[in-house]
Amino acid sequence: MSEELTAQTIRITGFGGDEVEAYLGVPGDGAASRGSVVVIHHMPGYDTWSKEVVRKFAANGYAALMPNLYFREAPGASPDDAAATARANGGVPDGRLVGDVAGAADYLRALPGSNGKVGVIGYCSGGRQSFLAACSLQLDAAVDCYGACIVNAPPEGMPLKVEPIVDLAPNLSCPLLGLFGADDRYPAPEETAKLSAVLDGLGKPHEFRTYDGAGHAFFAVDRPAYRPEAATDGWQKIWDFYGRYLTS
Amino acid sequence: MCTYNTENIAITGSGKGANGWFSLSDATVYFDHPVHAMAEHTLNIDFRNPAGGPSARVAVELTAESARALAAAIEAALASVPAALVS
Repeated sequence: MSEELTAQTIRITGFGGDEVEAYLGVPGDGAASRGSVVVIHHMPGYDTWSKEVVRKFAANGYAALMPNLYFREAPGASPDDAAATARANGGVPDGRLVGDVAGAADYLRALPGSNGKVGVIGYCSGGRQSFLAACSLQLDAAVDCYGACIVNAPPEGMPLKVEPIVDLAPNLSCPLLGLFGADDRYPAPEETAKLSAVLDGLGKPHEFRTYDGAGHAFFAVDRPAYRPEAATDGWQKIWDFYGRYLTS
Repeated sequence: MCTYNTENIAITGSGKGANGWFSLSDATVYFDHPVHAMAEHTLNIDFRNPAGGPSARVAVELTAESARALAAAIEAALASVPAALVS
């Protein structure tokens, strides 16, 4: 693995034909064929850490593309201002999210060297959105990193306009990797266990791992929630999972 | 965890942001992950004017203890002046 890459901000066509800002990372390894990943940023937005994730995928041989889900509300704004605006407005509508991921996946499939396989990964609110996208679009592998409100209703008083989406599970189009923290309350281990049971009942392939000593956002290296052991093992599971479903 | 809970209120006043003073129309209050403070969760307040765009915002991220102390200080300050001034 050369770990060479190029990264840049581009515009893609998202939901409703809208032009949406996105961050693209492409490996510089010269591989003739490669898989791709749509990265769904966490609730704090299209920020520096999320862009690091895109570059990490590119450094490891995957073309990766992350749409700025808050671009419509806050074009050109700093990520924290954009996230505050999106939060006050109730968050990202599910249909818009699916359209933006679809646009990103189409863009990735059209890149030179694409093998046609596209995975999706999301963190925090993006974990739920990763599941939503995998139940709404034809994808090849999905990763849910501590996404809540898939099975359980949102907490009382939550302003985000999201509903449980476990009823979409029969439509899950690809294998699902779930990475969770045992100390997290949203999603709590009970919620992810329910999701696993539903997927078992449907015969949907999935691999869930819940890390002791970790809570929400344990992948976020710039936050006190970061848990190196869980994050390092989690990344290894991601490489193994995508290696099986996106590159073979 | 992401608590997601958010209180939105209408306010009247002014705040000073990156581009100077501006009028405030909204405040968003929530206890969740901070952007900058080195704590897992903080009480966050966004003083905003949506009509001025996303960057018309003054943000603070306070530990729970600090937030409670601030709330008490605000109440104490308001209580210490003649009622006619703050009615």
